[in-house]
Amino acid sequence: MSYRRPYRGTQPDYLFPPYASTVKRAPSQPLVVLPHTLSELTAPVFGYSDIKPDDNDLTRQHKGEPLGERIVVSGRVLDENSRPLEGLLIEIWQANAAGRYNHRVDQHDAPLDPHFTGAGRAITNGEGRYRFVTIRPGEYPWRNHYNAWRPAHIHFSLFGPAIVTRLITQMYFPGDPLLEYDPMFTCVPDEKARNRLISLFDWETTIPEHALGYRFDIVLRGREATPMERPR
Amino acid sequence: MSLRATTSQTIGPYLRIGLEWMVIEDLAPQGVPGERVRIEGRIVDADGKPVNDAAVEIWQANSHGKYASPEDAQSKPLDSVFRGYGRSLTDDAGNFRFRTIKPGRVPGPQGSTQAPHVTVTIFMRGLLKQLQTRIYFADDPANAEDPVLALVPVERRPTLIAKKRADGALEWNVVLQGRNETVFFDF
Repeated sequence: MSYRRPYRGTQPDYLFPPYASTVKRAPSQPLVVLPHTLSELTAPVFGYSDIKPDDNDLTRQHKGEPLGERIVVSGRVLDENSRPLEGLLIEIWQANAAGRYNHRVDQHDAPLDPHFTGAGRAITNGEGRYRFVTIRPGEYPWRNHYNAWRPAHIHFSLFGPAIVTRLITQMYFPGDPLLEYDPMFTCVPDEKARNRLISLFDWETTIPEHALGYRFDIVLRGREATPMERPR
Repeated sequence: MSLRATTSQTIGPYLRIGLEWMVIEDLAPQGVPGERVRIEGRIVDADGKPVNDAAVEIWQANSHGKYASPEDAQSKPLDSVFRGYGRSLTDDAGNFRFRTIKPGRVPGPQGSTQAPHVTVTIFMRGLLKQLQTRIYFADDPANAEDPVLALVPVERRPTLIAKKRADGALEWNVVLQGRNETVFFDF
């Protein structure tokens, strides 16, 4: 039983010249279509013993509080068959409120925050839910093209039940004017697929007097239910 | 109801912040049965320049050919301390490295048996989605009957096979684009 192949236009191609780094790194030879064998249908299992209980709170990793606007980012992880995925490891990382990463190659002229590392981990619960507390990341310039700026985003990395469901993506914020100029965002031909990368403002998870809530649901590839539902 | 899988996005250049905490370059602590192997290699781009910002992840069966995953229903023994997952982040020279054991054989499509292999997933700046490939072991007679290698054009198969170096390590390099480009799979 194999996993569904992507719906047309919902995943980027490797080569997308407006994102300059793809030009020398995208494969040029045809890909070999891989049958889903046991090697592809299995994946490592992680659990609560792999992380620390407050790894999901990026505002409490240092003595002081990080600068910036506190936010709650939460959501559900489902597969394409709407099945909640329990026990998945989610890793996130992001820039600080000033748009600076705590990383040696980031030379952007914006301050580092001694109280913010920008990395978090969580495990999804029985309903596939996860929750992070962090600060809203800043936008920042990059050198892809003249006056290029990345919209505010948080990187997400997820393991699923199978190696072929492994996903690394980015979560964006609603109403960000930079999105339409960002080749990483526009690399996806399907507009609806693209827009699903934008989180939703969420009253339900907003904490009064404390933090705004954003909801970001993630869908991993699902198994093909029956041969009749083959998407291609 | 049917949902659509979330779009992949690049890992970007700052992956270390999020992924470094779980670097696993030594997969098989003492006591794990199997033939010990060191797998080392380098990733280069279309100009032969080293890729110093990649995450290389491997996934493999234990020496009995059993995956430490609930999706593997085979009645073969599990090794309690062998998870079969590794993660290496390339250094300034584009190098990654793993110490592990040679995996056993696992079933393939239509009743076939696959040659020992390691599944490799690669992320980096400039890749909008991961690359998927495999490492096979040089001189393993099972390679000749492997159902996945058989799908790869003969002249490109060597890119999937790790070669024994004089120092005993198995060398397996990744060429992203151009001459001797590594075989990548549509997974």
